[in-house]
Amino acid sequence: METQLGAGYLETASAPAPVVGGPAVGRDVSGVLMPGISRGLTAIASLLLVGLFLVPLWRVQLVAPQYPEGLGMRIGINYITGATPTDLRNINGLNHYVGMKHITPDAIPELRYMPWIVGGLILCGLTAAIVGRRKALTIWLGAFLLAGVAGLVDFWRWEYDYGHNIDFEHAIIKIPGMNYQPPLLGVKQLLNFTAVSWPDVGAWIALAAFGIGALALVIAIRTRVSSGSDASSR
Amino acid sequence: MRIATIRRFSLGVYLAGALGVGANACAPTGKSSATTGGLLAGDAASRTYVPPGSYDEYYAFLSGGFSGQVTVYGLPSGRLFKQIPVFSQFPQTGYGYDEDSKSMLTTTFGQIPWDDSHHTEMSLTDGVPDGRWLFINGNNTPRIARIDLKRFETEEILQIPNAAGGHASPFATPDTKYVVSATRFSVPIPQNDVPITSYKQNFKGTISFVKADEPGKMDVAFQIMMPGYDYDLGHAGKGPSDGWFFFTTYNSEEANTKLEVNASQADKDYIAAINYKRAEECVAGGKGRKFGGSYVHNYVDPATRIARTETKTGVTMLYPADCDGLVYYLPTPKSPHGVDIDPTGEYIVAGGKLATVIPVHSYTKMVKAIANKQFEKTIDGIPVLKYDAVVAGEVKNPGLGPLHTEFDGKGNAYTSMFISSEVVKWKLGTWEVLDRIPVYYSVGHIMIPGGDGRKPWGKYLLALDKITKDRYLPTGPEGSRSAQLIDISGDKMKMLLDFPTMGEPHYAQAVPASLLQAGSVKFQKLAENKNPNVTASEAAGGITRTGKRIDIKMIAIRSHFAPDNLEGVELGDTVYFHVTNIEQDWNIAHGFAVFGANNSGVTLPPGETRTVRWVPQATGIYPFYCTDFCSALHQEMQGYVRVSAPALHVPLSANISKVAQTQSGRMPKEHGEK
Repeated sequence: METQLGAGYLETASAPAPVVGGPAVGRDVSGVLMPGISRGLTAIASLLLVGLFLVPLWRVQLVAPQYPEGLGMRIGINYITGATPTDLRNINGLNHYVGMKHITPDAIPELRYMPWIVGGLILCGLTAAIVGRRKALTIWLGAFLLAGVAGLVDFWRWEYDYGHNIDFEHAIIKIPGMNYQPPLLGVKQLLNFTAVSWPDVGAWIALAAFGIGALALVIAIRTRVSSGSDASSR
Repeated sequence: MRIATIRRFSLGVYLAGALGVGANACAPTGKSSATTGGLLAGDAASRTYVPPGSYDEYYAFLSGGFSGQVTVYGLPSGRLFKQIPVFSQFPQTGYGYDEDSKSMLTTTFGQIPWDDSHHTEMSLTDGVPDGRWLFINGNNTPRIARIDLKRFETEEILQIPNAAGGHASPFATPDTKYVVSATRFSVPIPQNDVPITSYKQNFKGTISFVKADEPGKMDVAFQIMMPGYDYDLGHAGKGPSDGWFFFTTYNSEEANTKLEVNASQADKDYIAAINYKRAEECVAGGKGRKFGGSYVHNYVDPATRIARTETKTGVTMLYPADCDGLVYYLPTPKSPHGVDIDPTGEYIVAGGKLATVIPVHSYTKMVKAIANKQFEKTIDGIPVLKYDAVVAGEVKNPGLGPLHTEFDGKGNAYTSMFISSEVVKWKLGTWEVLDRIPVYYSVGHIMIPGGDGRKPWGKYLLALDKITKDRYLPTGPEGSRSAQLIDISGDKMKMLLDFPTMGEPHYAQAVPASLLQAGSVKFQKLAENKNPNVTASEAAGGITRTGKRIDIKMIAIRSHFAPDNLEGVELGDTVYFHVTNIEQDWNIAHGFAVFGANNSGVTLPPGETRTVRWVPQATGIYPFYCTDFCSALHQEMQGYVRVSAPALHVPLSANISKVAQTQSGRMPKEHGEK
């Protein structure tokens, strides 16, 4: 889903570039230039996304009577790990009792696509900042929003599969009607475990980046900038 | 109104106590249920109450005495956390039974499955307990063990050659360069078949300095040949007296029979003051003699975690006559037991167990007396200093049977009184008795956390008692020993808690929990398990034959063994089960035992491998199972070994269970896993 989105976006994003080269004057929105502050904010928003390569997006914490210290998962754009080096192994070990699949990061294709999508967003955002056209920023924000929503939907789908795709043939504990889907956001009781799912630093960074981008657009809309004055301000 | 009620209640308690005494002559505890040493019971309870889920303030390590082990308690709660096996086999974990640890108990006499452990001593940095290691001595077959305090496991045991009765041990120098061992029983050295009545001609004592500051490398640095007395206890100097070591002696009469009478004749025995810096000089100067003596060194290989054994021969022996200034005798009344050095390093306190005073020597006076050659006589090249020239003072009328002294770091000393069964607090310098508190009963050692070091944590004192009698509900002729926790933070000592101990707690060490808590290992990392018989993943187990030897490699994980069905073992084979707990989770242990095995089951801490040897005695089917309730399906964690007649030629086979197969296909690879 994201791949299509990413590829589609890349085409769209690269499209405005030739327009810049032409004499962009007139009422065509694509030709409206953004004020410097908007372009700066767009650049900041894009560069903030670099943080997604450094910190996890989401965290899932599992606490049970026997696990007062908790078992944790950290989900980044290109990895799923345990909160400690052995947590994932232990989560997988426990899940075998109810017949859940093991979480095998290598087998999750999203973890391969996501870095490219985020990388694309960064490059295109920077391009939009350099080009300085309002339309480019609008498209960028739209693509960003789509990527975010699609990411959450995809994460929910993965959680659904993880919690529902039970190997009943080998499951040791079988509870009719029970599924083990962890919550997307919030708290849920899964047998003896209380699962807590919450955005990690990366998600807050992405939200902040989107907010800054949106602010840039609002400022751009409210400020009338002609190509001439823009050129002189340089 | 309220006061009246309390009075009536107190009266009731008093009457109940009195009636109790009347009904049962040996129940003096009736009164102590209302008050404990002047402190209201409720106050004492709040001082020792550690709420569920909360932690104690101190780790305390108590010697297990004739159990041969060490026990770990929390203070102030008195809760028992762990028994650390040291010198004795421990079927609870398989220590000393399994193929990995049995070598720890090797000596020149073969495997000795027991010893009488006496004194715990923590490693020191600058004279203060540092939480790296705990040392403890074996008295019967002289040995010193080192316990690692990250794992709380015995990792090294060194036998002491040319010795018998390693009692004055394993006290450490302020930098832990050396721990010592001195002979409580003099014997012919080297050993020799002589009439026992030739004691005075043939029997000798030795004092050993053991290099201790490198894990896995403990060794005898040098020994000192001493007159044939009984060397009882020791302590290193500190501060100004750093570089000296002090040992008590008794039986300077050199009696060989009925010592209780014959060794109690002399007015004074001695404290031996040993200048070990001088000893180092003499050894470096070639004044030591090459001396025989075989001894065994056992240590846990850090990579494989398997105990290794090496036999060593020969030591450097120093004779006081060859090395002047090495040893001096300080006359000390009457068969002194403990010798304790105050935190400043100036005072040398002796527990003259038959004396009516506590004599205290002065280090400064001792140095002056040596310079002025104030000698009474010389024994085997050892000058005896004049008592008046070295004594700093005497604590008068302290009680009966003074044994051991500890310090609070505020200028006070506390001495245990074995016969009058009390702890006496007195002031260093003025020698006046400040306070006394009864203990139950016949106290031996006492322990203040860090109280034998340079900076005591002077808040609690633990009395370690020899006799318990009526303190707890009776349990037949053999009861436990006991310990009492005493608050020493104020002017008056206050009894807080009374709890039973394992074996006989000769001595103890305690340090603030913060010193050890964070460093405690949670599990062995599987990737760092270099045991040659490790099975790191579900599918890697199997069975192999080498002549009459069968090796079975298997894993344990919640809740199965893999493989769990084994065939092809023949009667006459010796089977080695190498079981690896591949859990990587805190406190998730498994156990392993096989029907009919002539040794012990084993516990399997997470990430570790244990090998159990089994010689089947008859053909048939033998179940094995997990002995540590590990999970909801622990009862299902079992398997079978088939033992066949050789004539049947049953082929070797090891299955991987269906569950294990499924899981091995679904299990993600861990970092470092093949």
